[in-house]
Amino acid sequence: MARYEPPTQSKLGQIVDVIVLLVLTIGALYIPLWLGLAGSAQTSNVPENPTWESLGQNAVMVEKWNQLGYADPAAAAELITSRFDYSFSIGSLLMMIVVIVGYYAIMLRFSEKEYREVISEKFNGE
Amino acid sequence: MTDFDITSKERDGMAPHGTKVGLLRVLGPAHVWALGVGIVLVGEYMGWNFAVGKGGAYAALIACWFAGLLYSCVAMIDSEVTSTVAAAGGQYTQAKHIVGPLMAFNVGLYLVFAYTMLEAANAITVGFLIDTVAVMSGHEGLDQRPFIVLAIMFLAWLNYRGVLATLTFSLVITAIAFSAILILFLATSPVFGGDVLQHRALMTDLPYGWLGILAAMHFGLWYYLGIEGTTQAAEEVRSPARALPFGTLAGIMTLLIAATLTWYVCVGLMPWEYLGQSGVPLFDAARMSGSTGLMVLLGIGTLFATLASANGCINDASRAWFAMGRDHYLPSWFGAVHPKYRTPYRSIIFLVPIALIFALGAPLDQVITFSILSGLLEYTFMPINVILFRRKWPLDAIKRGYEHPFHPLPALVLLCLCGIAYFAVFLGYGTQLVAMIAFYIVVSLWFHFWRYRFVRRAAQFTMPWPRPQGY
Repeated sequence: MARYEPPTQSKLGQIVDVIVLLVLTIGALYIPLWLGLAGSAQTSNVPENPTWESLGQNAVMVEKWNQLGYADPAAAAELITSRFDYSFSIGSLLMMIVVIVGYYAIMLRFSEKEYREVISEKFNGE
Repeated sequence: MTDFDITSKERDGMAPHGTKVGLLRVLGPAHVWALGVGIVLVGEYMGWNFAVGKGGAYAALIACWFAGLLYSCVAMIDSEVTSTVAAAGGQYTQAKHIVGPLMAFNVGLYLVFAYTMLEAANAITVGFLIDTVAVMSGHEGLDQRPFIVLAIMFLAWLNYRGVLATLTFSLVITAIAFSAILILFLATSPVFGGDVLQHRALMTDLPYGWLGILAAMHFGLWYYLGIEGTTQAAEEVRSPARALPFGTLAGIMTLLIAATLTWYVCVGLMPWEYLGQSGVPLFDAARMSGSTGLMVLLGIGTLFATLASANGCINDASRAWFAMGRDHYLPSWFGAVHPKYRTPYRSIIFLVPIALIFALGAPLDQVITFSILSGLLEYTFMPINVILFRRKWPLDAIKRGYEHPFHPLPALVLLCLCGIAYFAVFLGYGTQLVAMIAFYIVVSLWFHFWRYRFVRRAAQFTMPWPRPQGY
């Protein structure tokens, strides 16, 4: 098998490649944040005029909240009533599975193709 | 069997790439332990407690143990492969030799982003801790940003100057931070006469039922995330076949103990609703113990744990970036070793602004989620990696420094636990999961159809192994 000789990349080309990677990285990680789509799906259901009892806190818990600096139940109400929303549709779950499995399938397929070239050149050239 | 013996103590300090200047071989098993535990111990000081928020106190404990099982599989698998592939880049170099270039490129990015995001999370915690101390001493409205920048810049400078000094620094501060957890446990435990823990009154039923236990696995990974980073120092360890398995497995045992003690103390001192959202849970636990001495000790422990972790993260992320540059997966400019300090200095400097962007601009739980997701993708690669490794080079083909038992059971258990962890992240953070994988799909296509043309084919395979079976 003929040995593959890669082209020499110019300095400008190298810089462009790094910028592309940086833009993709920061974009992928920051776009969900900017669009407000990222982060926990949490909601609070604070009752009107909350009391420690209505928030389900016993005497020891109240003592701990006081030690933590929450003397007033209204101040702690949002923390105490905050809950994740774990409802989801089967469609979105299936989409996640397809995305993950598809990603690994694409990667393993392309990797295998590249790997065979590497092994062929490495061991046939000896 | 190949003549090359990784267990030999005669290996010199040269990189296995024929370069004139290799990374310096100066590290022992204690440094490997410090690198692994140092990166991860911060997980006991912050972040793990979001598992309490996602499922309640009991769910966090169950998640802690299941995550411990996941990481035990990771440590076993990783120890075998690393004891054979002892080169900078760790799992990246493993993927390059066992699965293929595109997988290696992805694994390299997983490593860089997992560690850089963890570094950013550490810097955020340093700022938060200093702000908390300032508020307690009557100085409201402190600007956290200078402390975040200072922490990252100082540690990057330390890494630039040399690996031995860096990891010796980590070894000392990790030992102090770990001792602080033990002292807090001993001082508060009823076994030793303490009476401040109130589990009976503070523990509640599972607020989300069994679904909460699954959801808690998401942040349960944070107890241990990064232990696999021990392999990044493979080219700088004096005796890789002995030191890497020993340091990694000792590290996972240390963390299992520390994680369980941390959970036990914290849930006995705080209501789960507060603990589930706390920025510095162990420091808060020390405050609640009523002892000023413990509060100061755990404050120092938190600071040291975050610095040790960020230190190890810079070390590991830069090695992975360096290794990719050396192979032309990234511009080769990054593959340079400092002529005097023999560190991958350009990679160290390049990753500093990326860490700063996220440390200064993103919320802690989301930065942690970015790190966990990259780690999770990496753990999914590991079972594939070890199964292919055993198939292509059976035990009689290459001498291993360590052979993990019960193959392929650990690989299959790891794969199942990864599936559960994906579902856990999906519950509450599904958008980030899809966005991150979409990113990896796009960069994979970019690499395969564009970047890979600059890579020499045979030159990527640097290990003196025989031809893989079936090729």
